[in-house]
Amino acid sequence: MNAEEPRLAVIGAGPAGLAAALAAAGRGVRVTLVDSAEAPGGQFYRQPSAGLGARRPEALHHQWRTWRRLREGLDQYIAAGRVGHRADHHVWCVEREPEGFTVHALLGPEQEKPAVVHADAVLLATGGYEKVLPFPGWTLPGVVTAGGAQAMLKGGLVVSGRTAVVAGTGPLLLPVATGLAGAGVTVAALVESADPKALVRRAGALAGRADKLAEGAGYARELLRRRVRTLVRHTVVEAHGTDRLTAVTVAALDAEGRVRPGTERRTPCDTLAVGHGMLPHTDLAEALGCRIIGPNVHVDEEQRTDVPGVWAAGETTGIGGAALALAEGHIAGRSAAARLRGRDPDPREWAAAAKSRAALRGFFATLDSVYAPPAHWTEQVTDATVVCRCEEVTAGAVREAVGELGAGDVRTVKLLTRAGMGWCQGRVCGPAVAGIAGCPESVGRRPFARPVPLGVLADQNGDQAEAR
Amino acid sequence: MNPLELAEAEPGPAFTVTLDGREIDALPGQTVAAALWAAGVTSWRTTRGEGRPRGVFCGIGVCFDCLVTVNDRPGQRACLVPVRPGDAIRTQEGTGHER
Ligand SMILES: Cc1cc2nc3c(=O)[nH]c(=O)nc-3n(C[C@H](O)[C@H](O)[C@H](O)COP(=O)(O)OP(=O)(O)OC[C@H]3O[C@@H](n4cnc5c(N)ncnc54)[C@H](O)[C@@H]3O)c2cc1C
Ligand code: FES
Repeated sequence: MNAEEPRLAVIGAGPAGLAAALAAAGRGVRVTLVDSAEAPGGQFYRQPSAGLGARRPEALHHQWRTWRRLREGLDQYIAAGRVGHRADHHVWCVEREPEGFTVHALLGPEQEKPAVVHADAVLLATGGYEKVLPFPGWTLPGVVTAGGAQAMLKGGLVVSGRTAVVAGTGPLLLPVATGLAGAGVTVAALVESADPKALVRRAGALAGRADKLAEGAGYARELLRRRVRTLVRHTVVEAHGTDRLTAVTVAALDAEGRVRPGTERRTPCDTLAVGHGMLPHTDLAEALGCRIIGPNVHVDEEQRTDVPGVWAAGETTGIGGAALALAEGHIAGRSAAARLRGRDPDPREWAAAAKSRAALRGFFATLDSVYAPPAHWTEQVTDATVVCRCEEVTAGAVREAVGELGAGDVRTVKLLTRAGMGWCQGRVCGPAVAGIAGCPESVGRRPFARPVPLGVLADQNGDQAEAR
Repeated sequence: MNPLELAEAEPGPAFTVTLDGREIDALPGQTVAAALWAAGVTSWRTTRGEGRPRGVFCGIGVCFDCLVTVNDRPGQRACLVPVRPGDAIRTQEGTGHER
């Protein structure tokens, strides 16, 4: 290895970060792959923990061949000393300096010991997390995010009960329902608030990705085979239980997205896996000063943010699934490698990935237009419903801040109610507070991507953090 | 079929940890949250304000709903922290600093 070779720090080892790391490492760049998980894979390729000794992890996965290819490529580059994988590193801030970048991380799940990585450029591939809108009972144990149920299943080989309802909206509900059913959970119902038939009317826009449509159809067949009842244009209106979930009430929606009175039905269950779409992780990009458009980090054709030396790929730039994350990561890695070595990249070299990226972005834009939460979801949220889970702020308090105290934006609501001031820093309640307050959603603006112990911050002035 | 069978898992020998003094079995490689789920436990903290029970919500370290006290250290995210032999896990009331 040549010490003069440029250094790229890739943050996130999901499909986007892995594709980027392999592309860059293959083109004369030394890569440090920094990731908070103990093993690479991100959300889509989350693996059972090594200690569990899974001999057939692929039973819980799709696109296993792609994963094998990524994993083998990574292992080879690690063995050749071209990629360093820093697992268990939670990055809380990336600092831009005159001569490059310093990535600040905290080690291990307890996140107390600091570590730093220096690089000439950084590539943000931090993915996303799930959005869940509130409804009465959503804080009961047994109610989990759909992706969370999937993550616990894929990573820990556990489920939280015997009978589940999977509900909300979006394509993620399908793999979650099939995953739980395959793992022995009785899936009492899959409740989708949108009407996927609307997709058929937009078939033209989807035709470019017949493979993705086939993937959806495959899940649908699997659910049919397992006799999972699928209710479309339905929504969960309440989760019941005192100390844990015992049942949910599901109701039909009318054409306007309002609950149709009299259609409520109660279904006993001990698990509700619920999600209303995904949100990108943009904290590190925000702190670096990258432009954010809507919820997404803005990138150009080469996946460059508008801060020099900072690339972004995968769901941090917009939600679009693993295949899009792979295409974007590949382009970002190649662009970064070329530019770090002082030449303009030739986009023809990644024409196939660019074509795939364009088709998948179009595909997901169409999906987004169909899979939206019910238009009148806030009507189901009673005043007593907790909206901010960390600070236990109710919808009634948010409504009072707007109606009686005159708050006109999310920031003021936050100051008046403490909604969004707790541990998660509004990541979970952000869209809910905005919806209930009737204000536009605003980007979070968090100074740090992770809670940082004060001792670590105090050490930042000296260089002790690195010396430890 | 349970998920361990589905993935043909052959974990190392189970070990014992305690939840509020009660012994439960855990497997190497599990997080605290996974071990508690496997033992049929879904809540292990109560909220500061209303004293309401909470457990896993996001499953990936984002929401902080799964906070728990492990070996006298409060505020650990159960969905991230690996379980280790002999761990003394305690349900956490409020911030865990109050008692
Ligand atoms: C819980 C969950 C489960 C999902 N399950 C599925 C599924 O089963 N099927 C499906 O089709 N799609 C699933 N998705 C959608 C999934 O996000 C994408 O399809 C795909 O994984 C996106 O790839 P990515 O590389 O952009 O991000 P990710 O795969 O999310 O990878 C991002 C990586 O960055 C790391 N990271 C983030 N922030 C930091 C930080 N500050 N410091 C260090 N590391 C950091 C994360 O640990 C992660 O490894 C799931 C999403 C979530 C949130
Ligand atoms: S369940 Fe959300 S942080 Fe652990």
